[in-house]
Amino acid sequence: MPQQYPEVDAILKAHGLSQSAIISILQDVQKHYRYLPEDVLIYVAKCLGLSEAKVYSVATFYDNFSLEPKGKYVIKVCDGTACHVRKSPLILNALRRALGLNEAKHTTDDMMFTLETVSCLGTCGLAPVLTVNDKVYPAMTPEKTEALLKQLKEAK
Amino acid sequence: MIAKHENNTEKYMLIDGLKVKLEGEINVLQVIRKTGIQLPTFCYHSDLSTYGACRMCVVEDDRGSVMAACSTVPRDGMSIKTNTKKLLKHRRMILELILANHCRDCTTCEKNQKCDLRALADRLGVYGVRFDNSRPVQPVDATSPAIVRDPSKCILCGDCVRVCDEVQGMGVIDFAHRGAEIEVTPAFGKSLSETSCVSCGQCVAVCPTAALVIKGQTQLVWDALHDPNKRVVCQMAPAVRVALGEDFGMEASGISTGKAFAALNRLGFDYVYDTCLSADLTVVEESNEFLERLQNGGPFPMFTSCCPGWVKFVEEKHPELLDNISSCKSPMQMLSAVSRKYFQRPEWQDGKETVMVAVMPCTAKKAEAARKEFFHDGKYDTDIVITTSELSYMLKEAGIDLPNLNPESPDMPFGLASGSGLLFGVTGGVTEAVIRRCMGVKTSEALQTIAYSGVRGMDGIKEAVVELDGKEIRIAVVHGLANTEKLIKEMQAGNIYYDFVEVMTCPGGCVNGGGQPLAKKRQPIREKRTTGIYNADGMSQLKYSDENPQVKSIYHDILGIGEAHKLLHVHYPHPQQD
Amino acid sequence: MAPNLNMKIASLAAFHRRQTECARNLKLEHKKILVCGGTGCVAGGSLDIYARFQELIAKGGFKFVDLELEKEEEPNVTVKKSGCHGFCEMGPLVRIEPYGILYVKVKPEDADEIFKETIIKGKPVKRLLYTSEGKTHATEHDIPFYKKQRREVLEHCGAIDAESIAEYIALGGYTAFTKALFQMTPDEVVNEIVLAKLRGRGGGGFPTGKKWQQVASQPEKTRYIVCNGDEGDPGAFMDRSVMEGDPHKMLEGMLIAAVGVQAQEGFIYVRAEYPLAVQRLRAAIAQAEEWGLLGDNILGSQFSFHIHINQGAGAFVCGEGSALTASIEGNRGMPRVKPPRTVEQGLFEKPTVLNNVETYANVPKIILNGNEWFRSMGTPSSPGTKAFALTGNVNNTGLIEVPMGTNLKEIIYDIGGGIKGGKKFKAVQIGGPSGGCLCLDHEHLDLPLDFDSLKKAGAMIGSGGLVVMDEDTCMVEVARFFMSFTQRESCGKCVPCREGTMRMLRILEKITSGQGTLEDLELLEELAETITDTALCGLGKTASLPVKSTLKYFRDEYLAHVVDKKCPTKACKSLTSLVIDPEACKGCTKCARNCPVGAISGNVKEAHVIDQKKCIKCRACIDACNFKAIKEE
Repeated sequence: MPQQYPEVDAILKAHGLSQSAIISILQDVQKHYRYLPEDVLIYVAKCLGLSEAKVYSVATFYDNFSLEPKGKYVIKVCDGTACHVRKSPLILNALRRALGLNEAKHTTDDMMFTLETVSCLGTCGLAPVLTVNDKVYPAMTPEKTEALLKQLKEAK
Repeated sequence: MIAKHENNTEKYMLIDGLKVKLEGEINVLQVIRKTGIQLPTFCYHSDLSTYGACRMCVVEDDRGSVMAACSTVPRDGMSIKTNTKKLLKHRRMILELILANHCRDCTTCEKNQKCDLRALADRLGVYGVRFDNSRPVQPVDATSPAIVRDPSKCILCGDCVRVCDEVQGMGVIDFAHRGAEIEVTPAFGKSLSETSCVSCGQCVAVCPTAALVIKGQTQLVWDALHDPNKRVVCQMAPAVRVALGEDFGMEASGISTGKAFAALNRLGFDYVYDTCLSADLTVVEESNEFLERLQNGGPFPMFTSCCPGWVKFVEEKHPELLDNISSCKSPMQMLSAVSRKYFQRPEWQDGKETVMVAVMPCTAKKAEAARKEFFHDGKYDTDIVITTSELSYMLKEAGIDLPNLNPESPDMPFGLASGSGLLFGVTGGVTEAVIRRCMGVKTSEALQTIAYSGVRGMDGIKEAVVELDGKEIRIAVVHGLANTEKLIKEMQAGNIYYDFVEVMTCPGGCVNGGGQPLAKKRQPIREKRTTGIYNADGMSQLKYSDENPQVKSIYHDILGIGEAHKLLHVHYPHPQQD
Repeated sequence: MAPNLNMKIASLAAFHRRQTECARNLKLEHKKILVCGGTGCVAGGSLDIYARFQELIAKGGFKFVDLELEKEEEPNVTVKKSGCHGFCEMGPLVRIEPYGILYVKVKPEDADEIFKETIIKGKPVKRLLYTSEGKTHATEHDIPFYKKQRREVLEHCGAIDAESIAEYIALGGYTAFTKALFQMTPDEVVNEIVLAKLRGRGGGGFPTGKKWQQVASQPEKTRYIVCNGDEGDPGAFMDRSVMEGDPHKMLEGMLIAAVGVQAQEGFIYVRAEYPLAVQRLRAAIAQAEEWGLLGDNILGSQFSFHIHINQGAGAFVCGEGSALTASIEGNRGMPRVKPPRTVEQGLFEKPTVLNNVETYANVPKIILNGNEWFRSMGTPSSPGTKAFALTGNVNNTGLIEVPMGTNLKEIIYDIGGGIKGGKKFKAVQIGGPSGGCLCLDHEHLDLPLDFDSLKKAGAMIGSGGLVVMDEDTCMVEVARFFMSFTQRESCGKCVPCREGTMRMLRILEKITSGQGTLEDLELLEELAETITDTALCGLGKTASLPVKSTLKYFRDEYLAHVVDKKCPTKACKSLTSLVIDPEACKGCTKCARNCPVGAISGNVKEAHVIDQKKCIKCRACIDACNFKAIKEE
């Protein structure tokens, strides 16, 4: 039996099964699964009449798409110019240290945290900033990140 | 600047001060090439979309602006320079940058002297690279029966991606990731064998480096040739004879049939046969099948079956059409089956094992030969398939100088062919041969009429209407799988109807197969090879497949009663529904 | 306040009636609380403030002390979410109308006091007013940050309810559109923009009118209006503020463009990092459709226009026109070769007007006030105003709008209030990763900010990010930072950008880690030349500007790194070492305990030592030390 994806069908239908809507479709798929599972991408490709390689090529081009499962909390440290000159790398380092992550490893083993950088959130007035699941935390310092992580861990 | 030509429709531009007439060229690169200047390019092919990524063809205008010639529209009065100080510096730097992240094992690389990148480094005098190779080494993908992909040799020109998408409509490989991490890969980093790749090898044909090469099987041939317990039988496809000479500096349209057979004899094959003969056989079988379908009411259209890329395409994309494909085996498989049958005769029972080798213009033939439908009694009908390019490697290794050989003929009883069989090498050829066979009138005027019925030429989709016993038969000839997909969509939408459709995967047909010698200028070479086939047909005394006496003797002497269908036809099962 | 009738406006006359009605309704609001709903202030908790005000109003039972009402009349107080004021440094911001009082750094618990004092009594809450240099400023108008600005595009940002079409119309919104639709021919509309000499605010400064003319002259009749809201330049958020704070202004600009070139469909491409902008735009489009200002037969005319929103998925390169249209079409956002140009074959291979948010937001006022009015601002070749995002080491960061040609000194010192912490000004980076770094020594402070002057100075206006850098900023590090950005964001299509920026980054990393050589500087320059001349798209062509400009104006700093192996600002970690001052060290062992690599040793109550070979310069010890005993040398 071919696998069924009723949620994906609903998403595809909402976008009128249009090939050009692939990016919006992938965004919705990612919203649902929190990442883009391979089997779902193959299914989407088939339904839209696109080659698998094409869907994969689009999915890997854009930063926001992830083909790997992400942690419960996705922390994005802004490394835009304004944040950078206000020392955002120190915040990133502090978080990496605290979570045991590095440039190659973005997600903690317990799938609680994913740490990423983002080019600019456009909240330069509040630099340096980070977001946790899209909530903006302004004027961060390495010390504040500790408190934030503690708070998030306790919230689970 | 040249003064604009006001009341004159003629337009000119200046290339390095030389006045050049504009004749509808779509880009400056084409205008420059007219002057005899060969600007380097990696990503420009006139039959693919303009990609503009390699930036090697940069030129400079009057104001010192630098632009890529491939994507600049020629304008009347425009003046450009092609070799300024700045441009030479930029080209060298770009080449150095490409080389920096390219595997540099050139001396032991399969592409070696045929590599565009290496040739260009030499041409531009880039003899040192100031950067270290920082690209992580990726494994070579040798899982496909026909194609080997080595990502560390890829220069990301995108030629393969575009040919696979634009010409073949397959999109098996595409770019993934971006920036410095960009790569060309099948979806999800899968290997080629896990994709719907039809093994057409057109990607190999456009790859400037050795990132995509034919899966070579010459060693297997050598091993067989060197084994005294083996009877090594070779067949050569129609399209091989118009291209093999190219690798030896011979003119593309020249027909090296005799020299090619001589070369095969020199290599040590025990028997050399001509696939054109089994093409004749195919014409007879396929015509009969078509006539039967006409009597039995279908299914229509009947699709040709000789192209393995096309068969795989149907299995992957249109399994609903499997029953429409002629049940005839391809000429290669027919000849292998018939030869095997022949060597089973008592007089051949000398304890030697018969090895069937096929020299093909085609990479997909390798995949076809390895299909389970052709596996009987522990053996494949065809043991080894090598391409024209591989044959040329073998000849070079053996020191056999093709141009200086005296022509020889193929062996009997599978060495005599009609012009119709030769036509299988070009798009429209199968159709033309089948029409010749079906038509009642066999005059030279009738031949002319068929030739000009619309089956010849390089249009992607050709149509012809012929009359058969008072009935109008609608025929389509299509080459390139993207064109084929278009045709199928139209047919399935009910917008067009055909009784007979010939499909060839490669543009122009087998003469431009993925296994043919690599051509620098693809367009003119294609035309020359096609001309070569038509010339050879013109020269042949036999024009009609059914008049080939050897075809008759095969039916009469070799195939037993009721065996013709078993040996000459095949059933491709519908893929398992999962 | 929404009028209670069938929303659709079916004719021009009905539009005028609706406008009058909206204006009247707006006047009925005695007092208005505008809580900044921009991304910055929301991050600071402004939505809680908004909610508290809602509660206070809902509770009712209050009377104005300072305002005489008619008999029977209930005090009418509204609370609204405004767009970004631009003064993000001071957020969350609350503005009280009709007084124009601006409260800064407001906390939810301040809401009650503001309500009690300002709403009921009409008195300001002094402690929440902005103060600078000992002076308190009650209204936006008084604050130096705003004084030197000229807000045309941003006029409504922070001043009106960003989620209400009624308020926009009450203040004259969509009048320009009705003028274009009913009183002008398409040619006249385009011509007005041509005469205004409006230049694209997205970077290159291409004349907008010319673009429209070219689209209008195409034989193909299916045409698109595309709005580039993919403001990817780090350090720029002008477009975000317009989309969030005054979305209808931009929609109106797009509508006028559609009338001018007779397009049928519009697309707004918004970057993924701006979820609030998407939300506001969606709401604004829905309202405009409901009111009959978008859709079929708008205001009863023959003109139909639909607008769609496409959300980006995280790729800076999609700010480039052909990459943006590729992305809308569902492809990888890779720029393509031109020709064909976007005006000929843009989106879905149809003639396409592609402008950015700020450009469209300029259009309504030009149509309404005429091109002469527009040209009265700015410089002859760059008329009008320009919004800039002023950020970095400057006292007042935020969004500003000034006439084109305003010089850097005015912006940094008068509007920005000078350099933070009393440090010395060093450079200003303008135009994002495609721009350059300008500095004091070269008299750039007097440089008028307009398209042509900046180009001459080796920078570009870009989308308008101004990042101010103080004396502690290492310019080599800044160049490395920008190169790492460009390299990360390169689409990877053309060789010079893909391979070249990567190589430049490697060299810069080498230099900032003390491994650089003089040959490396030459190679950097060589690479920069090749990339600039041969890259496929505008982003590639400008990618090396930060390096080129810093090499030009701060060569000494490069030489210090390469020859002396020193980073003058001590910003480059590899060129500094962390040393414990034995005098200051109390031997508390805290640093040793915090060191992730065990590089610090020493006995309790004795001065500790850092093993330089082991030290990874993470600075955890500096953070840990309570005695400031660890120094960078």
